[in-house]
Amino acid sequence: MGWFVIRGYAILVYLFMFLPVAVVVLLSFNASQFGSFPMTGFSFRWFVELAQNEAILRAFRTSIVLGLLTALISTTLGVLASLALVRYRVPGANVVSTLLIAPILVPEVVLAVALLLFLNVLGVNKSFALLLFGHVIFTLPFVILVVQARLVSIRRDVEEAAMSLGASPMQTFFQITLPLMLPAVLAGGLFAFTISFDDITGTLFWKPGGVETVPTQIFAMLRNSISPEINALGTVMIVMTVGLPLLGAAIARQLSKKSG
Amino acid sequence: MSVEAREARQPWILLSPALTAVALLLLVPLCFIVVYSFWLRTATGADQPGFYLDNWAEALTDPFYRDILLNTLKIAAITTLVCAVMGYPSAYFIARSRGNKAILLLLLMLPFWISYIIRTMSWINILGVSGALNSFLLWTGIVGEPIQMLYNEATVILGLVHFLLPFMILNIFVSLDGIDVTLEDAANSLGATRWEAFLQVTLPLSLPGLAAGGLLCFVLGAGTYITPLVLGGPTDAMFANLVFEAIITQLNWPLGSALSLMLLVVLGILVAIYNRYLGMAQLMKGLG
Repeated sequence: MGWFVIRGYAILVYLFMFLPVAVVVLLSFNASQFGSFPMTGFSFRWFVELAQNEAILRAFRTSIVLGLLTALISTTLGVLASLALVRYRVPGANVVSTLLIAPILVPEVVLAVALLLFLNVLGVNKSFALLLFGHVIFTLPFVILVVQARLVSIRRDVEEAAMSLGASPMQTFFQITLPLMLPAVLAGGLFAFTISFDDITGTLFWKPGGVETVPTQIFAMLRNSISPEINALGTVMIVMTVGLPLLGAAIARQLSKKSG
Repeated sequence: MSVEAREARQPWILLSPALTAVALLLLVPLCFIVVYSFWLRTATGADQPGFYLDNWAEALTDPFYRDILLNTLKIAAITTLVCAVMGYPSAYFIARSRGNKAILLLLLMLPFWISYIIRTMSWINILGVSGALNSFLLWTGIVGEPIQMLYNEATVILGLVHFLLPFMILNIFVSLDGIDVTLEDAANSLGATRWEAFLQVTLPLSLPGLAAGGLLCFVLGAGTYITPLVLGGPTDAMFANLVFEAIITQLNWPLGSALSLMLLVVLGILVAIYNRYLGMAQLMKGLG
């Protein structure tokens, strides 16, 4: 009886999480002019309009380049730091990890203001580089958390075995450790990419005039009213941010099975 | 150099890029807004370096800022409470269900990947004048004309709950998952009812997860900028909106610095209290 109630409650909570998003997807196929009910028919026209909207395509390009660069830098920094924290006895390891996690605990608005002011005082104007720095510092803690969690489960013995067979530390890293931790590296990079792709608060502070990412573009479009085009854009975003990580997870799983 | 010395240096070489990034992009900038908050904005629009208390006086005494700060904390508190009430039974369900735990967890992680702005605006499709709910009410004839349900404090809280609930559930789940199920059975065999066993054994053991989820929801909720703009009315601005106004719209950077530090200090005190009693390790568990 008790379990029955808990299950029903949990199902309602899941519906609460997913129904609004499902409605976005549903309405993006609405044939009508307006992004609202009642639906008048099924149509792909809003996706076609989307593909022809120059501003949105530009925003997509910006977001993808920004996300890839963020992922690349963040993952590199994060993997190196995680290796140090997991593989070595670091004096003051607690302080170091808290410091590396700190960007999550500082409200994003404050982080955004601090970085913006600092670079401005240095005489650096708003630029794509500022946007990139901001995204890196914001995603770094997440990469470290993900990579560190997985790295703990890779046994030290295999590295020591390689070394005892005559491999140099570099050879050991590139031929043993890196392939073993590849799933974690990919997961970390994917995480950084999605967080960067989705970020809006910091981006609004840091973006130079005229540059839009997909979220800030959606935000600007929302000022008018909610159109079927926004819903279509939302659907594309959902497919990208949910489909890609799922695909990535599947690939990572295959890779880890193979190296198993 | 000896092998030991090289061994001791190695981790710092690996850590240095990340630590440099945190120092240059977070710590130094944070010190800088402290300095900047004492500068003075002049009539010409230029900022005059120095040690002036004017911004702090304005930020701390103007009832306008105080009221919005209090309201922001209130909204964050209500959001956290609602998340806890909605999240605890759901997390319990996932932790104690057999077999399909992985799928249930994956479903929970999916919203993290769905864009925040999309999730926020999706409520307009539901609650808007021509949204799903109004269409349904009109169709059934319960109402004669659409009701204005959007753009108030309640919809801001709704949007925040929708955004933050996964953080809460995940943290409680991590905590519950680590509790030995047989403890409840043991309590049962000693004569406790299932409910008593839950209240006296499971619930206390899961409190660290609840606290970690609560802290995350509160801090993220109190720092929100977008939700009140999309789902709130003209009077529903939260504290982050004031900061954005000061910095980006009015270009009053000294005041913006003081305001953002105010938010940082209030939330920092909370994080410090949390850290004092529970430690950061619990929070890392839930985040990773």
